[in-house]
Amino acid sequence: MKRKMPGTDFSALSAPPIPGDSRPLWRSLEELADTEAFREFADREFPECTDLWLTPVKRRRWLQLMTASLVFGGLGGCGKPPREEIVPYVRAPEHTVPGKPLYFATALTHGGYAQGVVVESHMGRPTKVEGNPLHPASLGATDIFSQAAVLGLYDPDRSQAVTNGGQISHWQAFVEHLAAQREQWTARGGAGLYILTETFTSPTLNRQFHDFLRMYPNARWHQYDPVDRANRLEGARLAFGQKLDTVYRFDGAAVILSLDCNFLADTPARTRYGRDFIQGRRVRRGNATMNRLYVLESTPTPTGAMADHRLPVQAGLMEAVARVLAARLGLADAPDSEDLPIPERWLDIMVRDLSNHRGQSVVIAGEHLSPPVHAVVQAINQELGNFGRTVIHIDPVASAPADFEGSFPALLDDILTGAVQTLVILGGNPAYAAPADLEVERILRRVPLRIHWGLYADETAELCHWHIPALHELESWSDARAYDGTVSLVQPLIAPLYGGRSVHELMALLMGQTGRSDHDLVRAYWKSRHRGSDFEQFWRKALQDGIVPDTAATPKTVAARADVVKTLPPRKTSDASLEIRFQPDPSVWDGRYANNGWLQELPKPLTKLTWENAVLLGPNTAKRLDLATGDLAELHYRERRLTAPVWVMPGHADDSATLYLGYGRRRAGRVGNHTGFDAYRLRAADAPWFDHGLVLRKAARPYGRLNPLLSTGNVQLATTQRHHTLDGRELVKVITPKTLASAGAEPAEPMPSLYPEYRYEGYAWAMVIDLNACIGCNACVVACQAENNVPIVGQEEVRRGREMHWLRVDRYYAGEPENPETYFQPVPCMHCEKAPCEPVCPVQASVHDSEGLNNQVYNRCVGTRFCQSNCPYKVRRFNFFAYTEAAATNEGALSMRAVRNPDVTVRSRGVMEKCTYCVQRISAARITAELEHRRIREGELQTACQAACPTQAITFGDLNAPDSQVAALRTEPHHYALLAELNTQPRTTYLARLRNPNPEFGDEPEH
Amino acid sequence: MSRNIERRTDPEREPVLHPDQDYASISREISDIVLRPASRGWWLGFGLSGLGVLIFIAAAVYLFYAGVGIWGVNTTVVWGFAIINYVWWIGIGNAGTLISAMLYLARQPWRTSINRFAEAMTIFAASIAGLFPILHLGRPYLFYWLAPYPSTMGVWPQFRSPLVWDMFAIGTYIIVSVLFWYTGLIPDLATLRDRARSRAAQLIYGALALGWRGSAAHWRHYERAYLILAALAVPLVVSVHSVVGYDFATALMPGWRSTLFAPYFVVGAMFSGFAMVMVITIVLRAAFKLHAFVTPRHLDAMAKILLTASLIMGHSYGMEVFMAWYGSDADEWRQTVATATGPYAPAYWGMLFCNVVVPQLCWSARVRRSIPALLLVAVLVNVGMWLERYVIVVNILSHGFVPSQFRLYFPTVWDWATMLGSFALFLWFFFLFVRFVPMVPMHEVRKLAHNLGERS
Repeated sequence: MKRKMPGTDFSALSAPPIPGDSRPLWRSLEELADTEAFREFADREFPECTDLWLTPVKRRRWLQLMTASLVFGGLGGCGKPPREEIVPYVRAPEHTVPGKPLYFATALTHGGYAQGVVVESHMGRPTKVEGNPLHPASLGATDIFSQAAVLGLYDPDRSQAVTNGGQISHWQAFVEHLAAQREQWTARGGAGLYILTETFTSPTLNRQFHDFLRMYPNARWHQYDPVDRANRLEGARLAFGQKLDTVYRFDGAAVILSLDCNFLADTPARTRYGRDFIQGRRVRRGNATMNRLYVLESTPTPTGAMADHRLPVQAGLMEAVARVLAARLGLADAPDSEDLPIPERWLDIMVRDLSNHRGQSVVIAGEHLSPPVHAVVQAINQELGNFGRTVIHIDPVASAPADFEGSFPALLDDILTGAVQTLVILGGNPAYAAPADLEVERILRRVPLRIHWGLYADETAELCHWHIPALHELESWSDARAYDGTVSLVQPLIAPLYGGRSVHELMALLMGQTGRSDHDLVRAYWKSRHRGSDFEQFWRKALQDGIVPDTAATPKTVAARADVVKTLPPRKTSDASLEIRFQPDPSVWDGRYANNGWLQELPKPLTKLTWENAVLLGPNTAKRLDLATGDLAELHYRERRLTAPVWVMPGHADDSATLYLGYGRRRAGRVGNHTGFDAYRLRAADAPWFDHGLVLRKAARPYGRLNPLLSTGNVQLATTQRHHTLDGRELVKVITPKTLASAGAEPAEPMPSLYPEYRYEGYAWAMVIDLNACIGCNACVVACQAENNVPIVGQEEVRRGREMHWLRVDRYYAGEPENPETYFQPVPCMHCEKAPCEPVCPVQASVHDSEGLNNQVYNRCVGTRFCQSNCPYKVRRFNFFAYTEAAATNEGALSMRAVRNPDVTVRSRGVMEKCTYCVQRISAARITAELEHRRIREGELQTACQAACPTQAITFGDLNAPDSQVAALRTEPHHYALLAELNTQPRTTYLARLRNPNPEFGDEPEH
Repeated sequence: MSRNIERRTDPEREPVLHPDQDYASISREISDIVLRPASRGWWLGFGLSGLGVLIFIAAAVYLFYAGVGIWGVNTTVVWGFAIINYVWWIGIGNAGTLISAMLYLARQPWRTSINRFAEAMTIFAASIAGLFPILHLGRPYLFYWLAPYPSTMGVWPQFRSPLVWDMFAIGTYIIVSVLFWYTGLIPDLATLRDRARSRAAQLIYGALALGWRGSAAHWRHYERAYLILAALAVPLVVSVHSVVGYDFATALMPGWRSTLFAPYFVVGAMFSGFAMVMVITIVLRAAFKLHAFVTPRHLDAMAKILLTASLIMGHSYGMEVFMAWYGSDADEWRQTVATATGPYAPAYWGMLFCNVVVPQLCWSARVRRSIPALLLVAVLVNVGMWLERYVIVVNILSHGFVPSQFRLYFPTVWDWATMLGSFALFLWFFFLFVRFVPMVPMHEVRKLAHNLGERS
């Protein structure tokens, strides 16, 4: 490799300076040697100073200049202090009114797929993400990842400098370095140049890759995502002969069968699917129709929790289930005398139910299941007449290299053969997130030049020569497609905080286009694509709407090959050992969000674990292995071992263990380092999702019986819910559509109270939460955290039971632990009219207002905590420490001040806080309304949780409004108040959960 | 002498004062404890308890620095050791004034020997108790916001809150207790002034004696004032602990919302207070050889009161369970079951054992006359009463209405440091007390001797 900096050529030095040389003085050994390389370097590095180097200054001149500098420097001291502008803008930026937020439409991606969002910006600071109602993957709602994006933006642990060999370098040096490389690439058509990306959908980037591969035909593009969708595409190829994306229309489905597919959480369309799915279950007075969901799943998921009939089945048996189903539908011969993977009765009933709803059903398989399962499921959907109705096919949305299969292992093979000279890793963290048996870390080190572009100086950046900090999506221009192909433009909300670079800029640089900004590149791409006349108008409209019109993929009419099921390769039979199952973590996903405190502290939907992962085992399996929640277990799998805490998971398939990916990061940042264990260390490239052969046993205890005293062998896990059953309490009411009519809508007799009733003449705020619509996705929890400046507290504080979330989603089980029913119950403050917290506060910090809000006056609170001890719902949260100033959680970092909502007080140590019904939003709406001399309109005002909810489970509004939706919901037959018998008269009330069991299962369905 | 006292006779007939004692010996023996140089044992005890006080101060300083999060309290069990200790100390602080005032009004002559240190115990315990609610605040430097002071903001405390009642009740109680104690002390301070050798002691005791000369008019005023204060103190004894009971009873947590709580807390306070007086009596009697003034008759009487109180406590515990069942409130019953069988069941059964079972030993006259046995009973009653508050505060809070929020409480090292520090503080106060104040009221014992002499 050519030297990148001119070194000292000692042979040149040894020649004595020629007498009478015009340069008797020298400033460095390099200059003295006066090599060609030095002159070139000086020219490149300081173009404007080249003349100075070449025409040295004489002694007199030097003295003159120094004297003048001294004099002028001294004169400078005589001036006035530097002027600071403390007046507001003379010419204010357009639309900027201090104190009034602005909203910009953009898109945030997760796993490459876009969710359209509208971002609230206070004086140039993005603080809160809302959904974009126009965007198909949002419809106004968001998921947890979009909600948490603002925290990721301000993360002080994001990488902030270009590094070279671990030392801080600078962008220009990288540009220089690349320029030298580029000559070679051009000469050899890009041979030896490899690019590794994650999944992406950006049309601009796609075009750039297109151009790149044309420019360097011998260069290679590889893709790796620890959580990919390859099986689904490959299944489509088996069925149709071409790779296709499948889009489901759950709103048109009356019967849904999920084979281990957590479509409410793990698909790119999760937010949309949640809305569509719940749309078919929104039971109200006079409308008792409701879809029916069957779920067969290996590990419990929120989708399984919503099921009307759920059966735990090992992931390895799903293929057998799919084939038997296909056989029952006449798509294949009945399988040979194999044991049925699920009870015969289940098969009969499900097949009957599906057949009775042709064109109105959906069968969907999990992304982790093998391609044949997907092919079979396609065939089943076709047989059921669902194609074109509830199951739509479109061209793949994500961009991918032509030969996707084995792309990453192929890259590693190429490295081993020495073919890879330069590897550019655009995003992703393969050094951490690749299966352990690929030995990525060892192999990557063989590449002569490694360049990493990413948000964090992570495990992969550590391995690379160059690391280029990436721009956050909220800082950069780009574009991205949603699950259905709809394109959104990504526009920056803020100038780059840490001097990162856009991926488009980097790609342009690889192609020798220097100095092109991401804005130019994205705009140029769209200009080239735009066919109409007025590009500016199109551009502005696309930016304003957050979607580019007419970009949704057109549905394709396809037909599965008739013999698809018959010609599939025979199924691999599984042995009897324990199954190991990998799942992306519900919060930190594949590990990319590990340094996001909001996501780290977000209780996972079912385990309610925070900050760590555990090995999930079914109750029977745990009993057989003599393990209990919190025990440490030793896992052996394919010669690799791992010690991890156990979580006994009701409803988990027997003889199977689930490991969540995404934890055990070494270089995630201050928040995410060393939380949980790294499940990738057990993952194998040929069985990334499930496999047999796991051996699991209780970890040996080093100190015997004294262990609890001497070691941390028994782990207390950081969970926010330690009690899981209702013990006969009627907190979650469950009914069926049939019993809805008799659910008793008769208004309860008002109970006697010592305190007089208050008449609410103006507004009377109230909230109704539809438990039937809650899918436990947690979007409301993060939205509340973002809106209300709720701090995170850290793992140790959660272990002590001090998390601060104002809104929690309780999860209860009912029935047998082997296969329980699972209920979610979001619990914000109830805003009781007769609030028990109010009379006990000695300083009147807990007070009621005339609109029925139960307010907490932080300034007045002295922290007796009597209010919380008297709160029957336990919704109040206390600042045991100064959480908003803590360094360990990054809450106290300077940049975190920017993420705070300026309309909400940041609470100090020692005060109580709780849900306010987003009183700041009420105030903002009231101000607007009063300026217009009117009342706040119904629907004008949304709380943060309500706005984020994908399934519209939360309704908020004024009980006194004539068209009040909340008041209407409060008259529904299945409406009820939590702990109504205490006569607290809560303003937050609930609609009961409904189940729609198939009557064919008899009176006692197997869930 | 001691054999004479330990002789087994009918305790009712036993003297409340050793017959050898005359006026001079009473004054000499009691005032000498104060006026002669301190013994090595005293210095040792004072030093050790002083170290404990330093622990208490360190725990408090760190608490103010770091925040109440250093304790084990959590979002569900928001009250922990601080409130337990508060209730426990205030309970102990109940007995002194009760013994002194109630027995004074009831003309019980045996009270004279023990009332002084019982009152001192009250003041120390109540003062320590008063510290805990302040320490436990999230923002302790704002504790005065509970008081209705004329604020420029026009804000006023919330008079419906039992915590405000609490502040008034404790404040009044401490003030009246101090006055009552000091009033009773005046004639003795004069005695010390007269007997003191050093100029400094003469001056200090002289100032504190408020010019007492022992004239008939002085005695007449004194007797009147003391009677009035005694009459004032008795209802306060009842009110202070009733209000502490209201802290819980006015809440709606199952297990707290009970009309039983006020009397139950008052009796519980008397129970623990008498047990503590018994411990102190036994220790001081042995340490300062007060056998002449504290006779088995005293211990016997206190043991009987302890027994009576334990029966009332047992009845209350039974009633709690009965009402939970009889009231057919599902939450109440679940709470009762959880208390008896849940994670805090050992504390509950330990409480029943210490408070109900152990005191039954006092039915036996042998136990009532055995110093070690009585000491054991009294200590166990104090442990049991601490466990009772633990059950009431921690156990009830850890279970509520909403199972998702059920959480356990794990005290931290700072919880223990604060609690043990408060014990040390109490001891330290007591060491100061026995060193500078006559621990037995000389003038009352002299009067007792006079009365006994007249009677015989």
